[in-house]
Amino acid sequence: MAGAGGGGNDVQWCFSQVKGAIDDDVAEADIISTVEFNHSGELLATGDKGGRVVIFQQETENKSQPQCRSEYNVYSTFQSHEPEFDYLKSLEIEEKINKIRWLPQKNAAQFLLSTNDKTIKLWKISERDKRPEGYNLKEEDGRYRDAATITTLRVPVFRPMDLMVEASPRRVFANGHTYHINSISVNSDNETYLSADDLRINMWHLEITDRSFNIVDIKPANMEELTEVITAAEFHPHQCNTFVYSSSKGTIRLCDMRASALCDKHSKLFEEPEDPSNRSFFSEIISSISDVKFSHNGRYMMTRDYLSVKIWDLNMENRPVETYQVHEYLRSKLCSLYENDCIFDKFECCWNGNDSVVMTGSYNNFFRMLDRSQQRDVTLEASRESCKPRQVLKPRRVCAGGKRKKDEISVDSLDFNKKILHTAWHPQENIIAVATTNNLYIFQEKVN
Amino acid sequence: MEDTKPEETNVEEQKDEEYKICPEKLEEAKLKSKYPHLGNKPGGSDLLRKRLQKGPKYFDSGDYNMAKAKIKNKQLPAVQTEKTEITGDHIPTPQDLPQRKPSLVASKLAG
Repeated sequence: MAGAGGGGNDVQWCFSQVKGAIDDDVAEADIISTVEFNHSGELLATGDKGGRVVIFQQETENKSQPQCRSEYNVYSTFQSHEPEFDYLKSLEIEEKINKIRWLPQKNAAQFLLSTNDKTIKLWKISERDKRPEGYNLKEEDGRYRDAATITTLRVPVFRPMDLMVEASPRRVFANGHTYHINSISVNSDNETYLSADDLRINMWHLEITDRSFNIVDIKPANMEELTEVITAAEFHPHQCNTFVYSSSKGTIRLCDMRASALCDKHSKLFEEPEDPSNRSFFSEIISSISDVKFSHNGRYMMTRDYLSVKIWDLNMENRPVETYQVHEYLRSKLCSLYENDCIFDKFECCWNGNDSVVMTGSYNNFFRMLDRSQQRDVTLEASRESCKPRQVLKPRRVCAGGKRKKDEISVDSLDFNKKILHTAWHPQENIIAVATTNNLYIFQEKVN
Repeated sequence: MEDTKPEETNVEEQKDEEYKICPEKLEEAKLKSKYPHLGNKPGGSDLLRKRLQKGPKYFDSGDYNMAKAKIKNKQLPAVQTEKTEITGDHIPTPQDLPQRKPSLVASKLAG
């Protein structure tokens, strides 16, 4: 009834699929580092710490069994990045895929950008379902025929073959970044994209790999004066001249590339005023924005900091229009979260197709659905214990203190090693992909 | 002296109230009692520079020999666990070289 893209409490979420190994002994390479649907939602890509990309494809729906929603099955997998070594600095360059972004589809092939800390690559994923047979100079297995034995000519023909999906690197955009790349974003012009590291943002043309324009540079002349770094950046979904970047100090800057070539001066600065009496040692750390995402309609943007999700109206810079607490009960645990480094965890967030609901992850494999239109929220869990087909997910509750009710879990029992940092929402349907450490869960709206 | 006394108690009371209302400040006090050397600017350049240098540092014979020459009689610093130290300053020794990565295999998600 809610139609495409609705969510929150109208929608009941049920388990659809889980990908990945069951065993608890997780190899580092298997840690999922990014999840992204393509523009139609037909393809779902994941990247991991081992530099590998796995793409799943939604099977075309089985009309005779409408309650059996289409499943995502492996479509292609390839090694995107390999570990490298910077000899000058004696530093290893991790092959971990930080981000994957799909290009809008222009022809039969699919294209995506994947990046590690230093290098962005454009991958072409294409299908091959026929092959040429009947060459004159070669045998079917590829060996060359002895020319003397050829007495007749034949015309090679294409014959059908089993579908083969090939991934090939079409462009490698290297040496553009001194610091670690945290974001890439394809422009609405479909010709350019930006890549952001801790201190700089570059703009590239998808066809040109040997040149890149620096559009933001916040590196101070003296590194001792460094006070903030860039944490995320994104192009506006419709305005090709506009992009935003967030900082470790909790600010977001919107820049207009028509104003100047170097966008060091922002067009808009989004910052919520802080109550100075509430300031603590942790204030700045927990205000650091880990993700920024424009709404699909381009009128709002969402930011995620350690404890909350904020929705900003692009026309109002002085405060967000909506603020949602993700896991406020952690505020009284900040000391231990600082000691175990969890306070630096970078959670992502995402919008549903019609911008009415937003989703973000938390600890203990919990994730949160925040319904903007109904002003309601729910906490769900990605767990192997709720893995029966079409099993409806039960809401979870955390007990912050005092007497723990039945079915509640106390803050001290939360597993802080089970983090959901990466989630994605299908652009049109109520299908979500939630990544735990090494498993990918797919949940769908319950269909009656 | 007597004039300032009531003010002092008021400030103390205020601090207590602050801790009650503001769990963050309570947590800050906990942290400071565990790490007295912690500076007051957590988001400052130290933390950021540590972040910018992320990544394991490998053994570099040049660095290693220079460090040995400089610190003739002192022991090379052990790996620091204190939050105030920048781990990039630690010179790796041949003994603590990280393992090279194993050969690459297919992702278990595709299995």
